[in-house]
Amino acid sequence: MADAITEPWGGRTPYGPGGDWPVRVDVQLADGVRAEDVDDWVPTAAVLHSNGDGLDIAVKDGRMVGVRGRADDRVNHGRLDPKDRFGWQAGASPDRLTMPLVREGGELVEATWDEAMSRVVGRSKELLDERGPGSLGFYTSGQLFAEEYYTLAAIGHGAIGTNHMDGNTRLCTATAAAALKESFGCDGQPASYTDVDHADVIALFGHNVAETQSVLWTRMLDRLAGPNPPALLCVDPRTTPVARAATVHLAPLPGTNVALMNGLLHEIIRNDQVDHDYIERHTVGYPELVRQVADATPESVADVCGVPPSKIREAARLLDGASRLLSTVLQGFYQSHQATAAAVQVNNLQLIRGMLGKPGAGVLQMNGQPTAQNTRECGADGDLTGFRNWANDEHVAELARLWNLDPLQIPHYAPPTHLMQMLRYAENGSIRFLWVSATNPAVSLPELARVRSILAQDRLFLVVQDVFRTETTELADVVLPAAMWGEKTGTFTNADRTVHFSGKAVEPPGEAKPDLDIFLDYARRMDFRDRDGNPFPSWNDPESAFEAWKAASAGRPCDYTGLTYAKLRATGGIQWPCNEEHPDGTERLYADGKFFAQPDYCESYGRDLLTGAPREPDEYRAMNPDGKAMIRPAEYLRPHEPPDEDHPFALITGRTLYHFHTRTKTARAPELHRAEPEVWVEMSEKDARAQGIDEGGLAEITTARGRVRARVRLRDIRDGVLFLPFHYGYWDTDGTPDRAANELTPTDWDPASKQPIFKTGAAAIRRAEP
Amino acid sequence: MKLPLRELHRAESSLARFLYELSDRHRAEHEVHHVARDLAEWSREHVRDLAEAGNRYGLSLRAGAPASSGPLAPARRKVSELTGRRPEPGLLLLADLRRLHRRTAGVSLDWELLAQGAQAVKDRDLLELAQRDHPQTLRQLKWSNAMLKTLSPQVLATLSA
Ligand code: SF4
Repeated sequence: MADAITEPWGGRTPYGPGGDWPVRVDVQLADGVRAEDVDDWVPTAAVLHSNGDGLDIAVKDGRMVGVRGRADDRVNHGRLDPKDRFGWQAGASPDRLTMPLVREGGELVEATWDEAMSRVVGRSKELLDERGPGSLGFYTSGQLFAEEYYTLAAIGHGAIGTNHMDGNTRLCTATAAAALKESFGCDGQPASYTDVDHADVIALFGHNVAETQSVLWTRMLDRLAGPNPPALLCVDPRTTPVARAATVHLAPLPGTNVALMNGLLHEIIRNDQVDHDYIERHTVGYPELVRQVADATPESVADVCGVPPSKIREAARLLDGASRLLSTVLQGFYQSHQATAAAVQVNNLQLIRGMLGKPGAGVLQMNGQPTAQNTRECGADGDLTGFRNWANDEHVAELARLWNLDPLQIPHYAPPTHLMQMLRYAENGSIRFLWVSATNPAVSLPELARVRSILAQDRLFLVVQDVFRTETTELADVVLPAAMWGEKTGTFTNADRTVHFSGKAVEPPGEAKPDLDIFLDYARRMDFRDRDGNPFPSWNDPESAFEAWKAASAGRPCDYTGLTYAKLRATGGIQWPCNEEHPDGTERLYADGKFFAQPDYCESYGRDLLTGAPREPDEYRAMNPDGKAMIRPAEYLRPHEPPDEDHPFALITGRTLYHFHTRTKTARAPELHRAEPEVWVEMSEKDARAQGIDEGGLAEITTARGRVRARVRLRDIRDGVLFLPFHYGYWDTDGTPDRAANELTPTDWDPASKQPIFKTGAAAIRRAEP
Repeated sequence: MKLPLRELHRAESSLARFLYELSDRHRAEHEVHHVARDLAEWSREHVRDLAEAGNRYGLSLRAGAPASSGPLAPARRKVSELTGRRPEPGLLLLADLRRLHRRTAGVSLDWELLAQGAQAVKDRDLLELAQRDHPQTLRQLKWSNAMLKTLSPQVLATLSA
């Protein structure tokens, strides 16, 4: 068997267009354990990336002893990625949180659940009395289950009535959601992973799929190795594995994606390779796009992007010639300047080429986190439950009926507060209580010195619920020990709308509890009631929470009503909407050119792509009365922090193959830790030479906000660009704050999606003394 | 057409300047800080366009609009940073956004007048200019409105607490 660390994509199983991706079952068992020794295989899916690989956990004597890919799973056909293979070991590390902790005389000390919860409840009640619901905020994850998000949304938006709730999907996926809403009126991935089987051109925009969703890359590699392989277009300033496999690779300067996209659209329109019939019947806004990109000739955008005009033409010809075009988008667009505007231009590309809803023709606005989709659809991340529109009073009233609460109790005077704004409210003292679940803002947010100073304030009561002590728990007033994946039951949904059941394989350690139990315990202690005086939320375990969530999703685009625990346990994942009409789920949305964009039904009326100002309902109705797809042009704006004399490099940060979300879990799997134990910086050889820096040497990278020390790797990357992986924090160091990439990143976000900009900043680099 | 051109040129220049002022004064409000600067760029372009159009009417209007809030910019930013932990600047922000909204509304009206005038004297170029630039003014106007709507509940609810 291939070594999963050195050969992360395993051996090839080639196949041709329209063929079935061959099954290859990967198994990884602890040393000395044989498949026949395993007592039980418990169904679940991957939670260390967004691909959603279906797998089973091997259990022996009450312990996890390995994993096996599910041959019948529609996502992975049995394959596992390196994080799936080894990540499960984290649960058994000896340093799990097993008891609640409370702050006493400045120190965190062990406490009982009663003691910890009475502090949380006491402070909540005080603040609700004295300062109202707007003084409480909730910041959750992209790694919990649908049942848990739905419960949290019901508690926050319903029982407490605060508008301040978001998920860390804000850092990851907020732009995917925003771009889908702008173009289609609603969140929800139009395409399906099976489109890889059919496409003749696959265009990856800022999507390093080889590292972020390596099993999906395996699928693409298998197509590339088979007959009639697809051509690849790669847009990325680094020469990633995707770029190396690509027919055309464009490496634009960081922060210029919109200019590049406008150049590509200009060419496609000039060559008249557009589907006029599709545009006419299914879209609005095409004339504005034509006007917007009229001047965006390859020559005029070439200098802005640092890409030669001939390359732009070559890429456009590739897109032009496609008869089944699949486009995918991820962090290279989402975490960069003008994030939403750029991602929306990819939707525009698909729409004007009429490439939607048929096999091989689609767009995947990818997710970064494994359960990001659930945060969004359940309403725990700045959306309202069930893709309801906060600006549509009827949607809010419907939610109030569902929860049996007064509609005024559910805040809808403005869009739900996004994380970066919540932090600002904590900074100016108007939020005094912040409950963080399953995420680590003290490493993952931009400008860490500022984040630390906000979270460490005395006047802020910080509750952190997690499975390990992290950089964030160390700033908390109360720490709640949670159960993790494999220790609790629930469901979750991946980037292509596939819902998986995740079973409980083993007991959580010590007094750790499932997140769902913690949220419900809080609700009971707070004595939340509905309008008839019954306890709210009304559910009390995973299955009843799932049933409640199903009721909330009924009739909405993310309809789960055709799913049950039993059905999900038995299959390899089902794509929503799944209801009476579609009992086996739905492979592609919008196959019939019908969208979820009708004014009374849509999730969002949209925003100005550049200013972020929400569009008024009347305006939307006038622009799109029939609920068609919306073509939305955008002009290029210069980045806010371009390189200058003092900081001559463009700094980008990003993910890597072996680690996930601040390494809390992945660094506790020995194989993954050993694969990449330390932070590094990538730069071009030419730049390194000019700075007198050598491969492997120590360098100091600085921006206006801080500094990081890292070993240098000379790589094929655009001159003038530095890359830093952003998973490294301080829990396994001596604590000197010079290792996390986010010491350097600016506090700035895309006004439309509110996603922080991690990939457009100015930096300096010089040789450092060890 | 000299009068509306001159008037609009003055109003756009002062709007650009005010946007920079707002941006600096609210350095700690990151979205306001950044977007205000982006929007100021639009006004600066409008000023350039108007100066060019003015030439044709024998007006010599300055093509360059302010690119910052002037010599007080560093001080404004410093104050914003120093008071960033206090609630009071919230009220100041609302007041500033209200002022911005009213000023932008004035600019928008002036664009309308210019477009009407251009039609009356059948100046196609001027009409096209208004059709190109005025929509950006309307987007500026919507932005201040949206920021007010989004930020005011928190400011008003916390200050009354
Ligand atoms: S670490 Fe990766 S997966 Fe986690 S929030 Fe950040 S981008 Fe998303």
